[in-house]
Amino acid sequence: MRRKPSKVDLVAGREATGRDAAGAGTGATAARLAARGVAVGYGGRMVIDDLDVAIPPGVITTIIGPNGCGKSTLLRTLSRLLRPAKGTVVLDGDDIVKLKTRDVAKKLGLLPQAPVAPDGLTVADLVARGRHPHQGWLRQWSSDDASVVERALAMTGVSDLAGRPVDALSGGQRQRVWISMTLAQGTDLLLLDEPTTYLDLAHAIDVLDLVDDLHESGRTVVMVLHDLNLATRYSDNLIVMRAGSILAQGHPRDVITAELLHEAFGLRAQVIDDPVGDRPLIVPIGRAHVRPGGPDPAASGENS
Amino acid sequence: MNGTDVQRSVAPGVRLGHVSFVWRPWPVLVTLLLAAATFLVFCLSIGVGDFPIALPRVIATILGRGERVDQFVIMDLRMPRALAGLIVGIALGASGAITQSIARNPLASPDVLGITQGAGAVAVFLLTVSGGTAAAIAGSAGVSAAALAGGLGTGLLVYFLAWRRGIDGFRLILIGIAVSAAMQAITNWLLVTADIKDVARSQAWLVGSLDGRSWDEVGVALGCTVVLIAVVAGVAFQFRPMHFGDEVAAGLGVRYSAVRAVMLLCAVLLAGVAVSAAGPVPFVALVAPQVAMRLVRCPTPPLVASGLVGASLLIGSDLVARTALPVTLPVGVVTAAIGGPFLVYLLVRANLRRVA
Repeated sequence: MRRKPSKVDLVAGREATGRDAAGAGTGATAARLAARGVAVGYGGRMVIDDLDVAIPPGVITTIIGPNGCGKSTLLRTLSRLLRPAKGTVVLDGDDIVKLKTRDVAKKLGLLPQAPVAPDGLTVADLVARGRHPHQGWLRQWSSDDASVVERALAMTGVSDLAGRPVDALSGGQRQRVWISMTLAQGTDLLLLDEPTTYLDLAHAIDVLDLVDDLHESGRTVVMVLHDLNLATRYSDNLIVMRAGSILAQGHPRDVITAELLHEAFGLRAQVIDDPVGDRPLIVPIGRAHVRPGGPDPAASGENS
Repeated sequence: MNGTDVQRSVAPGVRLGHVSFVWRPWPVLVTLLLAAATFLVFCLSIGVGDFPIALPRVIATILGRGERVDQFVIMDLRMPRALAGLIVGIALGASGAITQSIARNPLASPDVLGITQGAGAVAVFLLTVSGGTAAAIAGSAGVSAAALAGGLGTGLLVYFLAWRRGIDGFRLILIGIAVSAAMQAITNWLLVTADIKDVARSQAWLVGSLDGRSWDEVGVALGCTVVLIAVVAGVAFQFRPMHFGDEVAAGLGVRYSAVRAVMLLCAVLLAGVAVSAAGPVPFVALVAPQVAMRLVRCPTPPLVASGLVGASLLIGSDLVARTALPVTLPVGVVTAAIGGPFLVYLLVRANLRRVA
C-alpha cells in the first residue's frame, strides 16, 4: 500500500530470498548467525546465561521481552559489541570473537540505539561513512563507494535530503538516514537495536515498512522492538525473552497467545485477529474502561 | 531528478594510482591558506627584533640563499624561538583537536583535562622543593622532562579514573576538571611554601614563554612532535568513524578502544611536549580546533587545520607580545587575549547567520 523505494540490491550477485523462508521458523535452515550456549553480563552480573539461538536467513527476526530481560544484550552479543563470558557466537561458521572487527563489519551491519551524529554533518557524508569497512588509509574513496552510497540514499528515500545537515531532520528522517548508512556498508545481515525509539507511530510504521523492503530484497534482519503489535506485524520470526532466556521462538501466529503474554510480560491481554493484517493483534486488558463481556465481535470476526 | 541531486551531494572521488580520496575543494583551499599564513607569521616573527630584517631577506635566508650576517641572526639567534612557537602551536592545536573529538565535546582540551596543570605541578615541584639544586643540576632539559612526565601521568590518571565500561565524554571532562583543580592546588601550595627566588623562576615558567630557546631544546621537541604527528596521521583514518560514538564505530569495523587509546596517548604526549617546551601556554589547545572547524566548515575538529591555526595563533601572539606593547609580555598572556575574542566572534557570527 505504501510506496516502495526501488529495490536495488546493494550486494552484488545475490538472489533475493522469498519471504516464504519465514516458514523455516526457528532457523532449521543453515543460519548464518547463531549463539551457542552464551552467557553475557556486565561486571559480575550475568544478564544472559546459557542461551542458544539461531537466526533464520532471509527473514525479519524480532526480539521482544519485558524491560531488562536481556533483549538488547542479546542483540549486542550477536553483533560482537559484547563478548560472551561463556559460549560462542557463530557468524558464517566462524567464532565471531576470532574474526577481525573489520571482517565482521563487511558481513554484518549494526545500528545501535539512538545514535548521534556531530552537528552540521550532512546526510551524504554520514551515509558515505558506511563505506568505512571497505576503505583503507590510501584507498579512501572509490567510484564503487559513490554508487553504493547513492543507491543506499535512494533505497531509504533520503536522496533529496543528501545535502542537509542530519541534525536539522525530523526523527523519522534521521532514522532513515542511519539505516541508509548501515545499508551503505553493503551487508546482507542487519542488526537494528530499537529502530523506532523516540518515533511517533506514523514514523515508526514508515521505518518498519523500510525494514520490510530491505528484507524483501533478501536481507536478514534482526531487531529489538518494544511495541508488541508492531513486532507481530513486521516480523516473520519472534524471539520472546524473559529473565535472560528464551521463552518461545517462531512465527508470530504460533507464538503470540494470551498465555505467553502473561507468562513473559505478566500482561493480561486478548489476542484477536488483526482486522487489517494476517497476524494476531494484541489487545491489552488493563483496568481502565474495560467493557464487561469480552472482545468486540466486529474486531475479531474479520479474518477468522 | 533524484539522480542529479545525488550526483551533486555525494562528494566526487579522486584517484591517483592506488590512492583515492574524496575531493572537497573548500577544506583543501582553507588548509593551504592557513599553511601560507603560518609561514608568513613565522617569517615575520623572525624578521622583527632589535635588528629588523625585511621579509624577503628572511625567506631567502630560510631557503639557504641569505647573506652571512642574516644567516647568523636568523638561523642561530632567532630560528629556535620561532621554531619552538611553530612546534608548540601545532602540538597544542592537534592535541586539542584529538581530545575534543574523543570526548565529542568542545570543552575537552588538554588545559581542561588537567594535562597542562599536571605538567606544571611536576615542573614547579622540581623548581621549588629541591631548593633549586635539583633543577640546577637537571637544567632546563630536566624541567622539560619533568613537565612531560607530569603531563603524561596526569593524562593517564584522568583516563583511568574516567573509565567505566568505556569512556563517556562528559565524565572525562568532569574528572579532568577535578584533577586539574587538584594539580593547580598542589602548584599553588608549592609556590606559597617555596623560596622567593624559586617562586619567581616558577612563575616565569608557568605563564608560558618562548624566551631564550636553544637549538638543543627545540630539536628534542621537534623530533618528538614529528614522531607523534606521524602516528596520529597513521591512525587518523580509523579515527574518523569515532565521531559517531563507540557503538557505531564498532559496527563500522573500528577497534575503538585501541584506536582511542593510541590517539589519546598521542594527544597527551603532544600537549606534554608543548608544555615542556614553552610552559603551560593557555587557551591555544581549546580555541585552535574550534576556530579551525569554523574556518574549514567541517562538523568535527580537523587535525591539520587545527595544528596550523594553533601555530599561527602562538607565533602571532608571541609577535604581538614582543612588539605591540612597551613592556615585553610572555606569550601566554596574549594567546588568551587574542584567541578568546576570535572564538566569540566566530560563534556570534554563526548565530547571526542562523537567525537571518
